[in-house]
Amino acid sequence: MNTASACRQLRTATTLGLVLVVAGCGLNTAPILDPKGPIALAERNLLFDAVGFMLIVIIPVFIMTFGFIWRYRASNKKARYDPEWSYNGPLDAVIWLVPALIIIILGVLSWINTYRLDPYKQLSSSVEAIEVEVIAQDWKWLFIYPEQNIAVVNELVFPSGTPLNLKITSDTVMNSFFIPALGGQIYAMAGMQTRLHLLANEPGSFVGKNMQYSGAGFADQYFEAIATSQADFDTWVEKVRQSPDQLDASAYSVLAKPSSKHPVTYYSAAEPGLFDNIVVKYSRNLGRPE
Amino acid sequence: MLGKLTVDALPLYSWVAMGGAVVTVVGALAVMALITWFKWWRILWSEWLTSLDHKRIGIMYLVLALVMLVRGFIDALMMRAQQAVALNSEGYLPPDHFDQIFSSHGTIMIFFMAMPFMSGLFNIVVPQQIGTRDVAFPFMNSVSFWLTTAGAGLVMVSLVIGKFSTAGWTGYPPYSGIEYSPGVGVDYWIWSILISGVGSTLTGINFIATIVMRRAPGMTLMRMPLFTWTTLTSSVIIIFTFPALTVACALLGLDRTLGMHFFTNDAGGNMMNFINLIWIWGHPEVYILVLPAFGIYSEVVATFSGKRLFGYTSLVVATAAIGILSMTVWLHHFFTMGSSASVNTFFGIATTIIAVPTGVKVFDWLFTLYRGRIRFTPPIMWTLGFIVTFVIGGMTGVMLALPPADYLMHNSAFLVAHFHNMIIPGVLFGYVAGFMYWFPKATGIILDEKWGIRSFWCWLIGFYLAFMPLYALGFMGMPRRMEHYNVAEWQPYLIVAALGAVVILLGVACLVIQLIVSVVEWQKRRDHTGDPWDGRTLEWLTSSPPAVYNFAVLPEVGDRDAFLDMKQRGIAYRKPDRYQDIHLPKNSGVGVVLGGFAFVLGFAMVWHIWWLVAVCALAMWVAIIVRSSNDDDEYCLPAAEVEKIENARYEELAHASPPGGEDAPGVSTTPLQENPT
Repeated sequence: MNTASACRQLRTATTLGLVLVVAGCGLNTAPILDPKGPIALAERNLLFDAVGFMLIVIIPVFIMTFGFIWRYRASNKKARYDPEWSYNGPLDAVIWLVPALIIIILGVLSWINTYRLDPYKQLSSSVEAIEVEVIAQDWKWLFIYPEQNIAVVNELVFPSGTPLNLKITSDTVMNSFFIPALGGQIYAMAGMQTRLHLLANEPGSFVGKNMQYSGAGFADQYFEAIATSQADFDTWVEKVRQSPDQLDASAYSVLAKPSSKHPVTYYSAAEPGLFDNIVVKYSRNLGRPE
Repeated sequence: MLGKLTVDALPLYSWVAMGGAVVTVVGALAVMALITWFKWWRILWSEWLTSLDHKRIGIMYLVLALVMLVRGFIDALMMRAQQAVALNSEGYLPPDHFDQIFSSHGTIMIFFMAMPFMSGLFNIVVPQQIGTRDVAFPFMNSVSFWLTTAGAGLVMVSLVIGKFSTAGWTGYPPYSGIEYSPGVGVDYWIWSILISGVGSTLTGINFIATIVMRRAPGMTLMRMPLFTWTTLTSSVIIIFTFPALTVACALLGLDRTLGMHFFTNDAGGNMMNFINLIWIWGHPEVYILVLPAFGIYSEVVATFSGKRLFGYTSLVVATAAIGILSMTVWLHHFFTMGSSASVNTFFGIATTIIAVPTGVKVFDWLFTLYRGRIRFTPPIMWTLGFIVTFVIGGMTGVMLALPPADYLMHNSAFLVAHFHNMIIPGVLFGYVAGFMYWFPKATGIILDEKWGIRSFWCWLIGFYLAFMPLYALGFMGMPRRMEHYNVAEWQPYLIVAALGAVVILLGVACLVIQLIVSVVEWQKRRDHTGDPWDGRTLEWLTSSPPAVYNFAVLPEVGDRDAFLDMKQRGIAYRKPDRYQDIHLPKNSGVGVVLGGFAFVLGFAMVWHIWWLVAVCALAMWVAIIVRSSNDDDEYCLPAAEVEKIENARYEELAHASPPGGEDAPGVSTTPLQENPT
């Protein structure tokens, strides 16, 4: 390959890179880049900080790669050729220490933020948190509000500005519960309970979904997460309470059967302890006391 | 009599599935017809299938890898096409079929494309690079290959008889358990992995033994070429981690077949045990694959810069460090399971630490280019494309290694983009660079450069088009494995990604054209010297293709760049005073027999044909006993025969124009006496 075509190929690559960056600009409304709650915001900012630190290494790599390729192409007889040059102590130290330093910084960032953003940690707030129990089913989400004694399928309504305390389990295969605009995901696993604490800054409607592939109905397994004012939330609770359906054991077993694109369904009452029963039912035949 | 196997197993459920089955069957029949037409069966059996020559086994591995690359790539095209059109519609694939495709794509690309590609390059290169005549255990080498092929065969058969798994390439329970996946798909997945996994483990053992025990005199550990070092490290990781995969799959198989409860929801099972086990293998697997690629890049950069490798010691230390660290990070695949902040912090930091030795490697390659004289041949083009692209993947990898950030990006298209960013430029570019670099050595034919460069640009541009949009889709919250979707903003990105896949298709086509053009013009493209690139390491000392014994006289190694050193001292091609008899392994059909029975055993296990399982197990046992009782497993190539082959080689060398012009150092056919230094 001669120099002219190397040049041409280099230019093609550069142009392509630019086009891609510009295309990336249409992303300003992506839920992860434009979070609607403090948790998602903190997680996103960590992402940005990490990128910034890593660019300290990555940009020189880009410059050096293209620079060296150009300068030391075989056809450039002016460039110095030093076939035996294979070690330089200080340089060797620099290429170990600079990445190490950046990784130390990132490690500290990671350490602090992993504790700070532990999904199990209660959010501190002057407002009392709202509790919701979440059960993943094939292929839908059941939300039980123990304090309000109501249950809803495929719709999660809560007041904005109020911490949302979620207990999560699965009555089927492993799922992963995720509301991208509000904060990170966590697995829903049968026989186990995980926790997630979220907060929406302002009223709004967000997409919630299962991120963990779970079978044929997976693609349609999403729900609407709606943050409202406290007044609207109270109205909504009243509306749910008007529903003729109640979630007792037999209604639950009907609901738990696999179904796709399940419509939003309200239950004016939920059997007390339903969530805990779903968690422990998988360990019931172990022959040890519950 | 036939267990669960009935006529319902035929893929009559969709036209697309039917088409796949027909193409598979017709393709297999066409190949067999061709072999019959050219009357190649006998030569194929006696010269290739039963061969214990590491170079031939290596070439067979490469053939397997390229065939499976095409199969796995067709899966990729189908998925990209589905996602490009499936906005508010079902697309052209039903969920049940789409799910099989993403599962088989991952399984094939890792187990039956990348692993055989890697083993093939190990086989072709390592014994020559360390100056020996064969691997430590030539028969076991053949068994490894045939077990890998048996596993690949099972995946292919699932296209025609029954269905493949829909549980993804990692087969997470409880979804992959019998309760949620009652069909035979997951069993196909389990048995193809169990059988080929034994093959991989044996390969790991074989290459550790070979590298530790069979290096040429003078080749100390710190004189080993980087590819040998990375092969050694990769083999060590293989023998440490493949048992975890075997155990995980075997226990899942027990759950499914005998109703046990290791990973079920109830009766004390726990799916997270499986997920821990599979990633205790699965994360190191990434390094098993990528370290040899790093080795290839190291060889290629040094050769085509015409310069000693910069920071050899650092590269070796970094390789070993990556090898050890690779086994301490598996939990980062499931930060979101709800483990405590301390656990997540530990694994998060351990993961980011791997970026240090990896970064060091990148700088070492860059400083090898520095003050070099770079010849832009296809192998180095793939390498340069790798360096630039891989650092992006490294950056997104570190992003995912920060637990709170991972909560946002896990299971999304961003994750898919990240690991393809590691596997395609990291692993595949390296293997293709190695393929183009060592092809003349393996076959004696120098591949066409023009088509090699075209293939590179198609792959590189196609890669960016196909995967950069997936990073963006991750930020938009798109989960992986979506059969259809209702978010209109996603579609433009998915269409660009599909176009990227088409550009990669052109890259695959260029690879095929390159191969055809080069083989058709083979007389013009013969490598007469055995050293087409002005090489630095011992594999370039042999003829291309090498004689069955590689080296008539084992070389003495006096430097890291052993062959370059010989050329500079003018002793590379000296004629020895006399030759000796050489003992070589006899061909053996037992490897083929074991692979064949393993394949049938796997098939019988999938369909619960118990009598056939017993027959196959017994037959394999008998075959091993018979082989073990056979002491007559070597033949002697008499010195006179060796001399004849070598004289022909010197004849050829005398008429060949040496690489780099007439004044290239070290080319001399006259016997030389070297003073020991």
